[in-house]
Amino acid sequence: MTWALDHLDEIFSLAGQHAWLAGLPLLIGLVISIPLGWLATRKASLRTGLLTVTGLLYTIPSLALFILLPPLLGTKVLDPVNVIIAMSIYTIALLTRTVADGLAAVDTSTRQAAVAMGYSTFGRFRAVDLPLAIPVVAAGLRVAAVSNVSIVSVASLIGISQLGYFLTDGYARSFPTEVWVGIIACLLLALVFDLVIQLLARVLTPWTRVTA
Amino acid sequence: MITFATVWAWFTDPANWQGSDGVPTRTLQHLEYTFITLALALAVAVPVGAWVGHSGRMRWLVTGANAARAIPTLGLLFAVSMLVSPLFTSGLAFTVPSIAVLVLLAIPPLLSGTYAGIESVDPAARDAARGMGMSGWEVLTGVELPCAMPLFLSGLRSATLQVIATATIAASISLGGLGRYLIDGLASQDYVQMVAGSILVALLALVADLVLALLERFAVSPGISGRGQSVSRRRRLRLRRGRARDTAASVKNSTDAPLSADPA
Repeated sequence: MTWALDHLDEIFSLAGQHAWLAGLPLLIGLVISIPLGWLATRKASLRTGLLTVTGLLYTIPSLALFILLPPLLGTKVLDPVNVIIAMSIYTIALLTRTVADGLAAVDTSTRQAAVAMGYSTFGRFRAVDLPLAIPVVAAGLRVAAVSNVSIVSVASLIGISQLGYFLTDGYARSFPTEVWVGIIACLLLALVFDLVIQLLARVLTPWTRVTA
Repeated sequence: MITFATVWAWFTDPANWQGSDGVPTRTLQHLEYTFITLALALAVAVPVGAWVGHSGRMRWLVTGANAARAIPTLGLLFAVSMLVSPLFTSGLAFTVPSIAVLVLLAIPPLLSGTYAGIESVDPAARDAARGMGMSGWEVLTGVELPCAMPLFLSGLRSATLQVIATATIAASISLGGLGRYLIDGLASQDYVQMVAGSILVALLALVADLVLALLERFAVSPGISGRGQSVSRRRRLRLRRGRARDTAASVKNSTDAPLSADPA
């Protein structure tokens, strides 16, 4: 406990780094998987193809992906960009299916009503389908956020600094306190992400709280 | 500099294919850890998940296991190895903590897959089975478990991937397997070896996932998966033919009726 208090500055700066490495990919992944999920709902064959490819990407173990990206992208091994891209890939892999499921779950009568009211295809997607899919998408985003926070800490093995540093450093120095501080900090960060996503989803879907 | 040629040279170097550090040995080790872990995790997760799903009691077990997934795997590996390693003096000091963590990580997806599969069984199917006089055990093994197959297998798939990925990371606490190439390569700045090891790990994960996807095709009853349109079309045809036969039979019965009624 005293160790944690003595190192508060370091904990916060690494937590900030961690939040950045885990959070930015969530946004990138969401922005990319919305059109992908929409494509998947358009045609069954597209759906199978997209979900197979994203599913295969998701199978690549994180440490292997962190190491394989630099030669593929021409980046430096220690460049945090590798982690951002790797995490974006995992986020897309998780969210494409969720977005497709969320869009497919929109009630047909609602969709027909929107068409009858004169919505264009894109207008209907933006104003009707997508907002109604928010609860499902948010649920997927929560899963992705928690898994991102956990996976990012692995990057400390290849020397990218974030909360995972406490894990590797504590292990190298045989100092369990530091490892536990790292674990708890990761858990708290995951909790913060989870709460923020829940809050955003609540604010964006006021109609779900209307009671007759 | 890392190029296709240098990685290719690594893969074609016969020295990398033999001995205790060769690709076959490392791959077998990796598979061995994966199988041991999955066997132990299945032995715990399936009975517990089936019981929770069947009885509807102690659901907090599943919720708790899912919440535990937020613990960073790397931290869990280090923490458990620091706690457990001093208890062993032999080479087991490195293997036991790693396997223990791998089992801990494999349990949540298996548990929630089994539980969710049984939970999602149509209550009408369950009631029908009971109405036919099946005992609780028969309902579980004859109806609920087969119906739970698809979700259970997707839990098995994610557990397998999780184990393969984490066994790689566990090389940092001295476990063998393909992860050695990544961690040893890092220590000796042999980047080519790291890339080659990463390719092998990624391939292993892909192959394992494909094998399980195939298993899914064979292990799930066609009546549940609705596999391909062909099954449902065939069934629809059979139904239609059945109905036609029924109509034909009733017509025949009505014409036969006076005759058949006579002897009676």
